[in-house]
Amino acid sequence: MKPSRKSTFFLCSLAALVLLFAVMCVHARVRQAAEMAGIGRMAAMVREVGLTDLCLFTEASYTRNPSQTDLQTPFQEHPVSLEHFPSGSLMPPPEHQKDNHAAIH
Amino acid sequence: MLQSIERQRHLIDFTLSSLMRRKGKNFSVLFVYTLVVFLLASVMFFTSALRKEAHLVLTNAPEIIVQRSLSGRFSFIPVDYGKKLADIRGVVSVRERLWGYYYDPEFKANYTFMVPEKLPVEQGTIAIGAGISNTRHAYEGDILSFTSPDGVLRSYTVKAVLPEESQLVAADIILISTEDYRVLSGIPPGHATDLVLTVRNSKEIATIAEKIKKILPDSRPIIRDEIIRTYDAVFNWRSGIMIVILCVALLSFVIFAWDRATGLSAEEKGEIGILKAVGWETSDVLLMKFWEGAAISLTAFLAGVLLAYVHVFFTSSALFLPVLKGWSTLYPDFRLVPFIDVNQVITLFFLTVVPYTITTIVPAWRAATIDPDSVMR
Repeated sequence: MKPSRKSTFFLCSLAALVLLFAVMCVHARVRQAAEMAGIGRMAAMVREVGLTDLCLFTEASYTRNPSQTDLQTPFQEHPVSLEHFPSGSLMPPPEHQKDNHAAIH
Repeated sequence: MLQSIERQRHLIDFTLSSLMRRKGKNFSVLFVYTLVVFLLASVMFFTSALRKEAHLVLTNAPEIIVQRSLSGRFSFIPVDYGKKLADIRGVVSVRERLWGYYYDPEFKANYTFMVPEKLPVEQGTIAIGAGISNTRHAYEGDILSFTSPDGVLRSYTVKAVLPEESQLVAADIILISTEDYRVLSGIPPGHATDLVLTVRNSKEIATIAEKIKKILPDSRPIIRDEIIRTYDAVFNWRSGIMIVILCVALLSFVIFAWDRATGLSAEEKGEIGILKAVGWETSDVLLMKFWEGAAISLTAFLAGVLLAYVHVFFTSSALFLPVLKGWSTLYPDFRLVPFIDVNQVITLFFLTVVPYTITTIVPAWRAATIDPDSVMR
């Protein structure tokens, strides 16, 4: 039996990866279509309850509702009081709060 | 045509044999490369999906929220402010919003109490988010107690548990009636957490917000666009830990590409010299090196992207979870919808595959243009 060539193995592996990549794209499309109804229900809840933010971090008020917070909250009462919640390093202050801060001071 | 394909296949055969002669080194290169692409693609998929979902969901957020700020801090807003706001041309309605946080010392969890705008909640009852239900093992019909500012323990019957699918927006939410929340929170009568405005023409929102600031200088209007933009900024490339991950990944990639670009090993140079001596053209050597770079970078790119997809959308970003959870004891259990930004995937391809392939070819070109005799010495 003729031994299979290395290029055959490589090209087949590459084709399999490309195929999986295509399957990934199709899967993403199918999931998007399937989940739109759920997203619509979440959007309806946002309207009915009057919500403003995603519930990503619950450890601190300024990362739970970043759009509603002010710039002072993370630093509490004194100048060297370091912001200590881990989510604070993931969530920078929103731009509109920086503008407000500039307007106040 | 067939002859050309066969020639390329022979070159690939030779390239793979050459790579296999240094399999330890090349497999470790492939592993590190895949890891770098996996990390970058995971961050990219996660942030892109979250941004898109925030856009779709928060498009129904209140148009304008007016808060009060005293001494640079949040303060409850007098409900009377609503009358002045209602007089602004273009404002359709003004509604008070009651909400706030509650720390549960027993479970060390923060909850968000909220009086819903449209969903009626009976007095003495609450509706809880699925995250709270899972943390406290509380279900429909159970009684939950919370302490009000006067130290009295107040009990409420769980009327409903909000759907699991809504955890991304409501995992920690407790919906409560206006009367109950005023007693539980201690918000003084005639005051609210903030005021919500609806406007006739959405194009006028920014103008109305400016008018609010003039009429009520101690107020802080937050418009819907700003809320949505918050999530654009939070998960863009320049924010917080995202930039740290990006820098680490890019730095490793630069070191890695630099190692390739700075030169070939003596063994590789010798191999090029022998090939030239047996009659290979410089173009053949470059083609071989192109296949070498392409074989490693294409495999690493495709494998890294596929693994990142599985990581983010099938395991709910399991590797990022400890970072995202922080100190929270109540964390929303959500599965992101795979909104993939094709432009970002293309950018990642050009940032990883192209530089690596070039850095493989350039030193080979330098070696291939020197006299074979001197290369082999």
